[in-house]
Parts: sequence; C-alpha cells; structure tokens
Amino acid sequence: MKESEVQINRVDWIAVSIYFALVMIGWFNIYAVVYDSQVEKSIFDLTISSGKQLVWIGTAIGLITLIMVADYRFFENLSLVIYLIFLLILIVTPIFGKEVNGQILSIGVGEFRIQPGEFAKFATALALAKVMERPTFDLSKRNYQFIAFGVLLIPVALILLQPDTGTAMVYFSLLIMFYREGLPQWYYVLGIGAVSITLLALGVDNNLYLAAIIVLVIGGLIYLGKKSWQRILAFSLIGIGLIAYIYSIDFVVSKLPSHQQNRIMVLFNPDIDPLGVGWNVTQSKIAIGSGGLLGKGYLEGTQTKFDFVPEQDTDFIFCTLGEEFGWLGSFVVISLFAGLLYRLVIMAERQKTRFSRIYGYGVISILLFHFMVNIAMTIGLFPVVGIPLPFFSYGGSSLWSFTVLLFIFIKLDSSRASQLGRMS
Amino acid sequence: MRDQRPAVILLLIFLVSGVLLVKLFAIQVLDDSFLKRAESNAIQRVVDHPYRGLVYDRTGKLMVFNNPIFDLMVVPREFQVGDTARFCELFRISKEELIEGYNAAKSYSRVKPSPLIKQLSTKDFARIQDFLVDYPGLFILTRSVRSYPTPTAAHALGYIGEINAGQLERDTVKYYSQGDYIGLSGLEKYYENELRGQKGVKYKMVNVRGVDKGPFKEGEYDTISIAGKNLTSTIDLDLQRYGELLMNGKTGSVVAIEPKTGEILAMISAPFYDPNQLTGAEFGKTYSKLNRDGSKPLFNRPIMATYPPGSIFKIVQSLIGLQEGILTPNTTFACNRSLVACHNHPNPVNLFGAIRNSCNPYYHQAFRQIINREVSSNTFKDTEIGLNAWREKVLKFGLGGPLGMDMSGEKGGDIPSSKLYDRIYGSGHWKYSTIYSLSIGQGEMQVTPLQMANLAAIFANKGYYFTPHLVKAIDGNPKKIPAKFQEKHSVGIDARHFDLIQDAMAEALYGTANRAVMKDLVIAGKTGTAQNPHGEDHSVFIAFAPKENPKIAIAVYVENAGWGGRAAASTASLMIEKYIRRTISRPELQDYVIAGNFIN
Repeated sequence: MKESEVQINRVDWIAVSIYFALVMIGWFNIYAVVYDSQVEKSIFDLTISSGKQLVWIGTAIGLITLIMVADYRFFENLSLVIYLIFLLILIVTPIFGKEVNGQILSIGVGEFRIQPGEFAKFATALALAKVMERPTFDLSKRNYQFIAFGVLLIPVALILLQPDTGTAMVYFSLLIMFYREGLPQWYYVLGIGAVSITLLALGVDNNLYLAAIIVLVIGGLIYLGKKSWQRILAFSLIGIGLIAYIYSIDFVVSKLPSHQQNRIMVLFNPDIDPLGVGWNVTQSKIAIGSGGLLGKGYLEGTQTKFDFVPEQDTDFIFCTLGEEFGWLGSFVVISLFAGLLYRLVIMAERQKTRFSRIYGYGVISILLFHFMVNIAMTIGLFPVVGIPLPFFSYGGSSLWSFTVLLFIFIKLDSSRASQLGRMS
Repeated sequence: MRDQRPAVILLLIFLVSGVLLVKLFAIQVLDDSFLKRAESNAIQRVVDHPYRGLVYDRTGKLMVFNNPIFDLMVVPREFQVGDTARFCELFRISKEELIEGYNAAKSYSRVKPSPLIKQLSTKDFARIQDFLVDYPGLFILTRSVRSYPTPTAAHALGYIGEINAGQLERDTVKYYSQGDYIGLSGLEKYYENELRGQKGVKYKMVNVRGVDKGPFKEGEYDTISIAGKNLTSTIDLDLQRYGELLMNGKTGSVVAIEPKTGEILAMISAPFYDPNQLTGAEFGKTYSKLNRDGSKPLFNRPIMATYPPGSIFKIVQSLIGLQEGILTPNTTFACNRSLVACHNHPNPVNLFGAIRNSCNPYYHQAFRQIINREVSSNTFKDTEIGLNAWREKVLKFGLGGPLGMDMSGEKGGDIPSSKLYDRIYGSGHWKYSTIYSLSIGQGEMQVTPLQMANLAAIFANKGYYFTPHLVKAIDGNPKKIPAKFQEKHSVGIDARHFDLIQDAMAEALYGTANRAVMKDLVIAGKTGTAQNPHGEDHSVFIAFAPKENPKIAIAVYVENAGWGGRAAASTASLMIEKYIRRTISRPELQDYVIAGNFIN
C-alpha cells in the first residue's frame, strides 16, 4: 500500500497530462472529420469513427492501468520474450493476415485486428534496451554495433515482407537512440551527407551541374591542401565515387515501384499532377493552408469533412486541425509534441539504469520520427509515408501501441527510486 | 563529448518543431491562395433563375407567359440502359442520339447530371413519366420557356435566346453567365432589364464527388431571386390579330397608334410567323428556316423597311407652307403638267383642292417658293439655304431619323440635306430643278411605316405627337415606362393650320380611296404610292379616325399592290372599324382584302 502511494507520487504528471491533452484533441478532430451537419450524429455514436476511437481510448486507459500496476521488473525481464513473440507474429502475419491493397498489415479474428508492425516498435525498443544495458556494451565497437543493428533489422526485414515501407522506416529512427548511446558521430555525418546528396541528385534535374560542383570542390580541396599523391588519389576516388553515386540514383529510382517513384516526384514538384499522384499532398496543403491564422472554427472545415483529403482521420488527421484551428491550433499541438519530447529527454536523462534510459530514448526516437514525418508530409515537406500521428490518428493499433510505448517508460520512470544502484 | 549528445537531441526536437511551424506559417498565414482553392473546391455557387416577367395586352389579355419544359437528365454513373432498343422506343430517340448524348454527359462528368434529351414537351413528359422509375440515373429537370397563348405579334414581342459571347463581353456588370437567356429582339430585348428580374444565388457545399452537402453557413450569403416585372403592352390583341388576318399572305406593314398617347395599338409585319416556333427545342431549327426564307419573315418591316413617302408627304409640304406664310388656303396654282405629271382633276386648284386631288404640279410650284426665298442672289446658294432650312422643319415631324420607340433596330429613313446633293452633283452644281421631286415625296427621301403612322397621329393631334411605344405600364404602373414616352413633341406648326388639312383628308377619301369610306364614321386619310423600280408599286395609305376626336391613327403598306387607294386604304378602313366598332360591317370588303387580288 505504502509502496504504491510512493509510485503514484512519482508518476511524471507533466508527460501524462500532455498525453491526455493530445489524445483528447485528436478525438475531437476525428469527430470533426466525420461530422456531417445533414446527418447529425453524436461524437459518442459508435457507428462513426469518433465513437469507435472513444472505445480505443477507454481500452488504452485500461492498458495504462495494467502497465502502472505491473512490476517494473516485468518489462525488463520479459523484454526479450516480448520481442520474440512479436517477431513470431510478424512472421505469421503474411501467412494468416488479411490482404488490403496488396499489403498484409493486420492479423486477428473478425472485427478484432491488430497491426503487429505497430506493436513491434515498443518490443524492439525494449529488446534493444535489454541487450544494450550490459555495462560492457559499447556502441563504438564493431561487434556491439553488429548486435544492436541485428536486433533492429530483424523486425524491419519482416515488416518489409508485408510490405510496409513507412512503418519499416520508423525503426531507423532508433538511430537517434544509438547516437545518445555512443554510436560514433561520423556514421551520422556520413549518413546525413549521403541523404543530402541523394536529395540533391533527385531534386536537381541535370546531374551534370552536381558533378561539376563536386569536381570543383574536390579540386579546390586538393589544390589548397598538402599535395601528397596519397591525398590526391584519395580525394579523386571520393569524387569519382560521389559522381558515380549521383548517376546511379536515377537508375535505382527507376527500379522502384511506381507509387514510390511518384511520391518522390511529388515531393520535388507538388504541382506535377494535382489530380493524380499529387492529389493527396495538394488537397492536404489546401486544407491546412485555408485555415489561416485562427482557422475556420470547430466543425466548420470543408476540405477534410467533404472528403477532399484522403485518409483524413488516420494519416492526414493534421489537416483537420490545420483547417479548423489555423496556425494557432497547429502551434498549440506542435508545442505539445515538442513539450512532451522535451519532457521525455529530461526524464530519460534522470534514469538510474541504462535499461530505462535506453528505452526512454527509444520512445523519444519513435515519437519524434512519427511527429516529424507525419506533419511534414501533410505540408509537402516530406514524401507521403503512411504513418500515423501519435495519439491523434484514428485507429486502435496505433493508439494502443503508442500508449504502451509511452507508459512503459512512464512506469519505469516512476519506479526509478527502487532501481538505485543498478546504474553502471 | 557524450554529455553534449542529449543537448544535440533536444536541439533536433526544437529544430524540427521550428521548421514545421515556419512552413505552416507560410502556407496558412502568408499565402492566401489555399483559401481560394479551398472555396473553389467545396463551395458551389448555384444561381436561382427568376421567372421572366409576363406580357399582357392593353385590355389585360395574356400575351406571353412562362411555360414549364422538361429536360431529361442523366447521371452517367448511375444510368443503366438495359435493352437499348426498348429505351429508344420509349423515349423516342435514335440509338445514335442516345449514344452521342450519353457520351457527351460522360465526358462532362460521371457523377453530375447532364441533359440527355433537351426540352421535352408537356405531352412527352407525361408519356415517359411512368417509365422513368425503371431507369436509375435518369430524372427530369424543369425549366421554363416563353409561350404565347395567341400566336400573334411575333415581331413586336420579340424572342429570347441563349446569350452569345459578344453580349457576355459587353455585360460590364457581369450579370449574365454562359447559358443564360436574354431578350434578343422586340420587347424582350428593349425591356430586358425589367423582364429578367433579379437572379438569386445559393452557396452550397459539395463534397469531393460533387454531392450536395447543404447550404454554406446556413445560407447566410444566399439571396432570393426576384421575378421579373410584368409588362402591359399597348397592343390591342384583337386588333393585332385582325390585322394579321388581313395581311396574311401579303408583304407589308400595318402600324396603328393611339394619337393622344403614342401608344401602338397594332404593329404588323407581313409575312409573320408564330412566336411559339421561336422557343424551346424548335428555336434553332425554326430560326435558320425563317432566316433562309426569301420572303424575310424575320425582317421587322414597320421599323426597318424604308420607302419614299410619296403623295402623303404633300400634307407635310402644305403645313410647312402654311406655317411659313407662303401658302394660304386660297393660294392657287395651275396644274401645269409640263412641270410634272398629274392626272385629271379640276384645274386650277387651291390648297384644299391640291390635297384632295393630290395635284403634283401644285406642290412643284409651292415647294419652289418654300425653297427659293431669295435670301441669296446666287440661285445655287439660295437653294442650298432653302433646302437646309426646310429640312429642319421636316425633321420636327419625326422624319429623317429614328423616332426612338421601344424596339431596337429602328431605321430612321432619310430626309436629304445639301450635303447629299453636294456629294452627288458637286457644290454649286444643283438647284431647285434638281431636287423638285422632293416636293411630292419622291426622290432621295425615305420613311418607315412607323414614321408614317406617327405622321397620321400628328395630323390627328393637330401638331404634336408622343414617341410611339409598345409598353403602357410596367408592373401595372404607367409612370414606370421610360420618361421619353411621356414627353409631348411639338412639330412647330400652329394647330389652326390643321383644320384645313383634316377637312381635305376627309374629303380626299372620296376622291382617291372610295373603298375606305364609311357611312357613319368619318375617316381622314391620304393615299400614297411608293414607287418600286423592281415591280408593281407599293400601296400606301395613312388615316386617322374619327375625324373629330381621333382614336386611331394608322399607316398601311402593302407591297406590290399598286396604288394606295385599293389594298392599303381598304385594310386601314377595316382596321379602323375593328378598333372603334369592335365588329366588321363590310364582310365583302374584308373578303376582298383577304383574297388580296388588288392588281386586277
């Protein structure tokens, strides 16, 4: 009795409040999407998505309760078991799951279906925390890097079989956690450099310009530096490699499935085909852009309500917010997300065990990636990737998996007093 | 080194949030193009077309109303034709028409309705109504077309049609839009602004498939359409119809005016057509047929045809002479046929006799005195000054330019000035002997039947007229008609000079137009013959009656019917009787006119 009192007091109420604020705003927005003044239905009506979402919210609260009353050691001890269970589910999903539009994302019986790809995120974060918590685990060493990437890439490979590129991409967000845990910086410099060059190669029409710039920069570096033959050879090889890479990208892109090619094209030229491949982004931008500073008012939006924006209650839920509450509403929600992430960093840094901290950064990584990519795609800053906005988007799997992800960390954080002395 | 890493991650969080907020600010606050695109996405402007105003005749009989017509609309996505042959039989269209109509609808939109069969008649509508339920995706859209319970006065009433590109361009206030109907001729055109009413606009919301999702902001910005104003025409429907009966099969014009008001009682252009033909589905077909017709049924003769006024003009010459003091009732000239041809009558004649007998040499001599006033010792100069001064006086009779009635396309005719003769002969190369034909209304002089009817009204009114017009009241209010029709125009001749003219005109009937004489109704009239170089002369007659207190002034033109005493005078006389007595007491004269065999 006494122990649980202590634990309640140690729950981070700031993070919990922000969570509930986001869930409630999301719920109201889901109602705004399905709201039809001609067919007045209550927000609680179970035949529309807002009513169903309320059921998901209720069950999510049930899940929170379960997590909070469970022993914190449960997650640590069973983390690898949970991970293996979800790997198994991911393996059987393509076999027993339900195919929709060529993808097999969900598994289950009748109405009750879950998307294992969503839940495998927290399982992977837990498993990584478990394998990386050992005092000897050092991410600057090649063999440990191998283990960490192995744990990360197994679920990625299985999800790509579904195939669900968007969800698979999310797992790479855990590189942020790897960064915190000491993966050498030059990995990131190299990675960001490669991404930049890739984007440039895709964005600039004529690769000849890029090649010319590379030749000039490399030439400049050779000319300014020490003129040893090794150095000249090394720089020349780098330059040739870069140019070869740039020219190979167009080839690789042409080998991608056409819907992915389209998404890349739309990113660089959103007006390329506003009624075809550019429809989603164009309509999404129109919806958000028409909101102005203060928005059109709750339930007064026309773009999302009248189906101009597709997948409006799941991946494009941010459109409704932008349209009905304007920039001010967007500002509030983005601030809530930034505030939550900021809070989670503070919380992660105060953990007494490596396990809790690593898991905390796993949560931060996944939430940050979803938040960034989802909103960026609705305003045309990122290609359309089918991933939900955490706590906001309609759907049981999405809400449950984010709730479990977050509250396991809140639980670990609230129990940190009992974890004293285990930090190494 | 590692301690900086949480800070780097925090920085990344705020950087991402910042970038998102800046981009959102750019598209939400700075760029307002998205708002416009959102509106054009989801808000549809639906125009509520008002009912066009009705037209009544001067006695309150309905002349023009709106008849509902029915378009068969198709929504391609829902449409299932089933057995094509049966469908074509039921809806009475050919397979080709069905395929063409369906493809056109499909290329417009799969989910929005397009017309499949335009303008079904009430009869067809009743017939297919029962079958409609068998065909999903078909429904009836009701519109209205102009309809004429009595098929008469087609030229005066005019017709409406779809607005064309040029008219749209000239519509600076942007009232009209593509597909709107607009008055194209007659009253429909002149009173377009009164008749059209005021469009209403409804803003409704539509979803991505174009499905109606209710009024925008509960109809806050909607306006209700206002029906057009009703016109009361000056036309007497019975008289108009009677005139058309008489003129049927002939070419010419009849214009009857109420002298005291300038109201046009009847206006007939022959050949004419049934105005019901120029409405609805038939419009295009009928219009091109009428347009190709050699007898030019679309040509509005009363205001567009011009002829030399002929002998009738002698009355104008008499009045100018009297007013100028050049002529008196006692002025006598010899009927000198060496000056100009004439016919047998007592000789010499005074002014009364000259009008009664229509003596040509009399006016040859009188006109010379009106023109050559010896204000200049140069004969040429003197003629020029005289001609121009005379012309000014003639123009006051409403000649030489359009009267400005409420119908567009009105021709003005021509009263020549010195400029015309300078151009033909050169300045200083013409004198009275060049222009003397003007004295008897021939030569370089043109008038319209409307102007001649107005002239009759002037003689009846003893020196004034109201601009002839076709509308008596707008929405029942006579004060709402254009102010110019309520304005009295004086012709600058003292009323006393008209007594002799009126007496002579009444007397003239016995000389030149015996057929027009009625025992108990004194008609004052004057025959004319418009010379026609291409064939038989045109028969012309103007008159007013009763001579004391005139109620009707009339001009009749019957083309190629010989001199005015027969066809035109008979027609005018019957029209006068019809209007004043409301019944015809001379069936043999009526038969004679209807038979139309005037030459032999």
